[in-house]
Formats: sequence, C-alpha cells, structure tokens
Amino acid sequence: MTDLKRRTLLKATLAGGVIGAAAGAGLLAPIPLFAAASKSGFDAENLPDALKAVFGSDALIESAEVELKAPDIAENGAVVPITVSTDIAGAESITIFVENNMRPLSGIFALGPRAAGFASTRIRMGKTSNVVVVVKAGDKLYSAKKEVKVTIGGCGG
Amino acid sequence: MAEKTIKIRAKLKGDEVTVKALLKHPMETGLRKDKKSGEMIPRKIINAFKVDFNGQTVFEAALEPAISANPYIQFTTKVMESGEFHFTWTDDDGSVYETKKSITVQ
Repeated sequence: MTDLKRRTLLKATLAGGVIGAAAGAGLLAPIPLFAAASKSGFDAENLPDALKAVFGSDALIESAEVELKAPDIAENGAVVPITVSTDIAGAESITIFVENNMRPLSGIFALGPRAAGFASTRIRMGKTSNVVVVVKAGDKLYSAKKEVKVTIGGCGG
Repeated sequence: MAEKTIKIRAKLKGDEVTVKALLKHPMETGLRKDKKSGEMIPRKIINAFKVDFNGQTVFEAALEPAISANPYIQFTTKVMESGEFHFTWTDDDGSVYETKKSITVQ
C-alpha cells in the first residue's frame, strides 16, 4: 500500500517536471548565500516573521507567473508533493512556506545561473494550511499560494 | 536506517537536464517523542543540498524539518557541454553524503 502511494506521488511529480522543463528562466542570477538568514528563518514561528527573517521584508507580490502545484487534499501530511515553476526572468530562489506549520519555513531552493525557474520536493504539513511559495527576483518577492487540506498531520507528536 | 541509499536520475532534453535526487534519510524533526520512553527523539535533518556541474554550483537548497523523510528534490538546469554533476547532502551531525552522475551532450 505504501509502495503504491509512493508510485502515484512519483508520477505526480514527474508530470510536473515536464511543465517545469519548458519554463527556462533565471539564467543570470548568482547563487545567494543564505546560511545566516535562513537559520533565523527556520526558527521563526509565524509567516510574517519567517518572511522577514529570510528576505528582510514581507511585502509579497501575488503573481500569476508563479505556478504552485500541490494537492487539494493531502491524505498524508508527512509527504505532500510541492512543485513550483515560474517564468519570471532573473529568479534567484524559490522558498516554500507552510502558514500553519509550527515553523512555516520549509525550504529554500537557490537557482544557479543556468537553472530553470523550477523546483519540486515533498514537504511535511502538520494540519490544513495555506502553502505559500515565494520567488525572489532582484529585490522583488513574487508569490503564489494554495490551501492544502490535510487529513492526517505529518509532523509527529 | 544505517545504510544510506541515494538515487539519482538525470534526463537530458534539448540542452536542459531534469535532475531528480532522492536520499534515504529519516529527517527526524527533533519534535517527536519516543512513545515508549517518552523522551524526545533528537533532531537529525539534512540541512543542505548542493549540486555542482563541472565545478560550478547549479543548484543549492537549505532544508528544514518540514521536508519529508527521504528528501526528494527535483530541478532543471541548462548544460552547455558534457560533464559531471556532483551532489552533496549535509547532515546536522556533520556527515556528508556524496554522489556523482555524468551526463553526455551529443
């Protein structure tokens, strides 16, 4: 059963990959060094604090050019596939937040000079929450969000 | 989970490579309790993931407890020439897991 589920998840992420491959962007962005910023970001316990800790600002611009793929309902909060793709030129990083998690910041993905504006991973969600993804390009923060309903929380306890 | 398993797929399409990387790892959050002893299970997280291609960093990630066990990461990047991807995962305890994958551009 577990194996079956994993198959489906893999398939879902694979399908996302094809679209992402088509989205070539962010070719000249340097890899940001985020060691210091991210440490405090990971400790932040609500979304605005986490945003400020990572980016120094919580001024998000909702953008249709940021595409977030996540399931509507996640049966298992321990493994929620998230795929982000963007066409925004000069995208430097993709950051994933889960608003209602104990620590909203989930991961920062820094795009190299030749990387496409795309990242896909699997995250844990404690309960039903908005997933917020932020694409940093220059000093602008573009975002997209989606609510994911969680039936079984995945943060242990 | 003593044995570390790494799975890498790299698929070339045009001049873009889609890379999928999976590392077998518990990603223990440090927030869970052992049900028997009632003690907290210590945190054990892969906190950094880095990919170099021919010596140049192409993708980097800072990971957190909210990343699922057996962290799976997928990204795409352009390649201009044949070469080798070098993957590095860094654990909280300082251990480093590494692997390489070469790709040939026709």
